[in-house]
Amino acid sequence: MSNPTKLIPTPGQTVGPFYGYALPYAKDRELLAPGSPGSIRLQGTVYDGAGHPIPDAILEIWQADADGKVPNRTGSLVRDGYTFTGFGRSAVGNTGVFTFTTVNPGPTEEGAAPFIAVAVFARGLMNRLFTRIYLPEDEAALAADPLLRSLDPERRRTLIARRDADGGLTWDIRLQGEGETVFLDFEGAGPEGASK
Amino acid sequence: MPEEFNLETYNADPLTEDVSDAATEAAPKTYAPLDAAAESQADLSAEMKALGDAYAQALRNGAPAEIQPRLDYAPYRSSVLRHPTKDLHHADPETIELHSPAFGHMDVHALEADLTIQHGGEPLGERIVVSGRVLDGDGRPVAGQLVEIWQANSAGRYIHKRDQHPAPLDPNFTGVGRCITGADGSYSFTTIKPGAYPWKNHLNAWRPAHIHFSLFGQEFTQRIVTQMYFPGDQLFPLDPIYQSIVDRDARDRLVATYNHEQTQPEWALAYNWDIVLTGSKRTWTENEALGAEGDDHE
Repeated sequence: MSNPTKLIPTPGQTVGPFYGYALPYAKDRELLAPGSPGSIRLQGTVYDGAGHPIPDAILEIWQADADGKVPNRTGSLVRDGYTFTGFGRSAVGNTGVFTFTTVNPGPTEEGAAPFIAVAVFARGLMNRLFTRIYLPEDEAALAADPLLRSLDPERRRTLIARRDADGGLTWDIRLQGEGETVFLDFEGAGPEGASK
Repeated sequence: MPEEFNLETYNADPLTEDVSDAATEAAPKTYAPLDAAAESQADLSAEMKALGDAYAQALRNGAPAEIQPRLDYAPYRSSVLRHPTKDLHHADPETIELHSPAFGHMDVHALEADLTIQHGGEPLGERIVVSGRVLDGDGRPVAGQLVEIWQANSAGRYIHKRDQHPAPLDPNFTGVGRCITGADGSYSFTTIKPGAYPWKNHLNAWRPAHIHFSLFGQEFTQRIVTQMYFPGDQLFPLDPIYQSIVDRDARDRLVATYNHEQTQPEWALAYNWDIVLTGSKRTWTENEALGAEGDDHE
């Protein structure tokens, strides 16, 4: 588009404490049916700066399918049980644990490190946070990944999931303090970057 | 459609843990006694004023305007242990982040945009129509995307078991709606004006009336959840969540405009609120630039 009008984005606000009757929906965390071929469990715990689990956070994931294809199918809210839409939402439970049933995303480009995009919302969190969950296996791809390369090893670890014995993935979020998860700013060093 | 409200569903809410700033002691039936331990509004207002003054000074010294809320904003006490202490790390969005989940009319029924017809009777309160457009930072309509809202009823009570303040529930009002934006990015909800809501951030803390909005863009990086407010609310200067956006112009972007032209006689007051997402980081195809319908992507 030539000469687009630049508008200033509307600010975000906290999701608050009462999303529980509004945002969750049936099968929200089941990108495919549990137990179906190729399905894995993705789970983790959300912690605050004191190391306590946060019981009122809600996560969204958005990912490519197993072949690395970016889905473009409706039906995330009313799942038909067959269509992989790539989107899921999971409120954490009392112990701060979230769970998704999904597939390992494939690389979206030859040699790219596969990851799952994440948005995090919580009571007490002023604005949503973005981050990524990388699959742990392809070490060459991880080593070449532009984001991971820009992080020191200690912080880089926070974005890479652990592979569970049952084939699932475990990945925790620490909003603050030791082992603080790397959260992302896609807007660069503009005003949007000044949101800290 | 949101579920029909009944007490069983209500009590089956999975989020049953204690919440420090919305304590779950037995619901008081009258005004809560003064709590000497709680901080006063004057304490909080002084803290907010100090942060606001420091920001105004920084602006005068040439600092850029802050257009988003501060993640670290101590007057909202629950944010103290829940904000990252390290800077957000700049990343160039990659393939998946340059696209968005697709929602369509198989996901959302048209009647979900009317929050006043979800039960057997009419909800109590001031009927309103809230409408506007969702645009991206380049001014393009966000077409065929999901908008979700939730809110308190006209008495300021949420249908949520953690909301225990002694205002009545309305059996004819759940307070949840959804719609899919039109080709021009438009949305419209018919609802009831929510009441102010008391919370326990400090003594006598009241949230200005607000509607929660959840929005998707055409790219995952544009995803936001925010709150819409009503013009002229006397609680604005007192509210740490609203004031966490330290820039006055930025705060104003969350306030709807009353529109008398669209107000319907003997029926509903009209408010307008446009939402701007961040700019696109992807090169759009011609079809996208013209505005997709949201359905039948395949």
